[in-house]
Amino acid sequence: MIITSNVTKNYGAACVVDGVSLQLPQGGITSIIGPNGAGKSTLLSMVSRLMAMDMGTVTVGGLDVTKAPSDELARRLSILRQDNHMTARLTVRDLVAFGRYPHSRGRLTLDDKVHIDRAIDYLDLGLLADRFLDELSGGQRQRAFVAMVLAQDTDYLLLDEPLNNLDMKHAMGMMKLMRQAADDLGKTVVLVLHDINFASWYSDHIVAMKHGKVAAQGAASAMIRPDVLSGIYEMDIKVHEIGGQLISVYYG
Amino acid sequence: MPALILASIITLVLAVISVFVGVSDVSISSLLAGGVDGRAMEVLLVSRIPRTLALVLAGASMAIAGLVMQMVVRNRFVEPSTTGTSESAALGFLVVTLLAPGWPLMAKMGVAALFALGGTALFLRILKVVPLRDVLMVPLVGIMLGGIIGALTAFIAYRANLMASLLAWNMGDFSGIIRGRYELLWIGLCCCILAYIAADRFTVAGMGKDFTTNLGLNYQRVMVLGLVIVSLVSAVVLVSVGAIPFLGLIVPNLVSLMIGDNMRRTVPWVAIGGAGMVLACDIAGRIIRFPYEIPIAVVMGVVGSAVFLYLLLRTPRHAT
Repeated sequence: MIITSNVTKNYGAACVVDGVSLQLPQGGITSIIGPNGAGKSTLLSMVSRLMAMDMGTVTVGGLDVTKAPSDELARRLSILRQDNHMTARLTVRDLVAFGRYPHSRGRLTLDDKVHIDRAIDYLDLGLLADRFLDELSGGQRQRAFVAMVLAQDTDYLLLDEPLNNLDMKHAMGMMKLMRQAADDLGKTVVLVLHDINFASWYSDHIVAMKHGKVAAQGAASAMIRPDVLSGIYEMDIKVHEIGGQLISVYYG
Repeated sequence: MPALILASIITLVLAVISVFVGVSDVSISSLLAGGVDGRAMEVLLVSRIPRTLALVLAGASMAIAGLVMQMVVRNRFVEPSTTGTSESAALGFLVVTLLAPGWPLMAKMGVAALFALGGTALFLRILKVVPLRDVLMVPLVGIMLGGIIGALTAFIAYRANLMASLLAWNMGDFSGIIRGRYELLWIGLCCCILAYIAADRFTVAGMGKDFTTNLGLNYQRVMVLGLVIVSLVSAVVLVSVGAIPFLGLIVPNLVSLMIGDNMRRTVPWVAIGGAGMVLACDIAGRIIRFPYEIPIAVVMGVVGSAVFLYLLLRTPRHAT
């Protein structure tokens, strides 16, 4: 379980995340949605200790993220931010192997190799494994980064905009993979998503943020409703049920 | 692996050539003719072998310093001479030479290393305040900072009548190396070993602060370790033989093009490549105007700037 209590972040006079208190359940997929500048990424960065908070506390699986040793946290929680600029010239396999660093400190065991191969396999990177990251397309690189955090094999998986740069096929593949991680491996997955239809189709739980606060939260079926979504995004959003799934239409 | 062995053999051959090149006649036959007490043997032990050792140690450690710097700063074009590090070391050495001329060389080197650390920290602080989008701006800022520190150093040296010494420190040259005047360079070797031990940490740091934190490492601590290695190496090399420009830049970049940036793999390559490059440039400097010598800084400057230009032109400017 991830518990945030009164988490706050200010940039100068602007309050980007304003007293957010949340309890994200163990297991399943939670998606954080909301308009640009709602504070979603900032919240995720604070939950994953990448960014210091001005106020409040966060515990992940009972560990206080600002106090627990970073290497212990690295075995419990992994985070992938969006827009990762990598200057280091590494091969895909090297990158994924570094996902095992918290477990093996650089001395790879057989068990590590199993995790690395599986992660490369899951993300369909077998043919690209020995290519350098700077030789890949944006989407291929994004998949390599996700493979790395997957190899890290943590109970909690936090991903900011994991569908960035992915085409439809790989976006769907990525979400299916998240579903698998949650259902088969019992991971707790937290995603920041912009595509509310992906959020609707694949999440168990949705948190909507606006102006740095939690605007609404609940089961996906309770959140994907015209009144809720229109209020959050300040636009007209219709919701249709297609084949048992709630699909939002907002294109004009 | 076989390629690495080949590179080692080439470097070893260069080292052997380096031992036998020079004005004084040192060859297998003169060594055999003179015996253990002969003049050739004396030249060999007092001058030639120390010089070759100094070349290997300085070359390997300067190249490693460049590599470490590029990983922690996350920029391809930084090395001690493009970040104000070497200039700061020279300033420190000058200050300690003026204020405490009687101190042993080891202590003076320590002061130079502290100044190098301070200068590099200042450089990083500037980078933090002025976020630079263009990869080339980073070394340019460093070169400007180095210029300012260098001007200050020159001013003090001028007032103190030490311009000749300053010129010697800024112009790497191995011709004055004899037994007893290079041993500090072994500290450089220790730094190389340290860099190899911590190679994974540096690679992780090279991925950036967020990745480093995600993998449970303290970014700040890796950064400090890297800067200590870089400062120590710069100071040791400066004090022993003088600054060698470009070396820390071109060797790690060429290795990166070949096999990437995973430091566990690149450290041996960079060390051997650095040693080989310095040996080759020094041999060239010794035979071009035989029996006179061209300082290695000059040879390295010519070769290095050509390779540097090549690297600049092939790098897309926003490809970071």
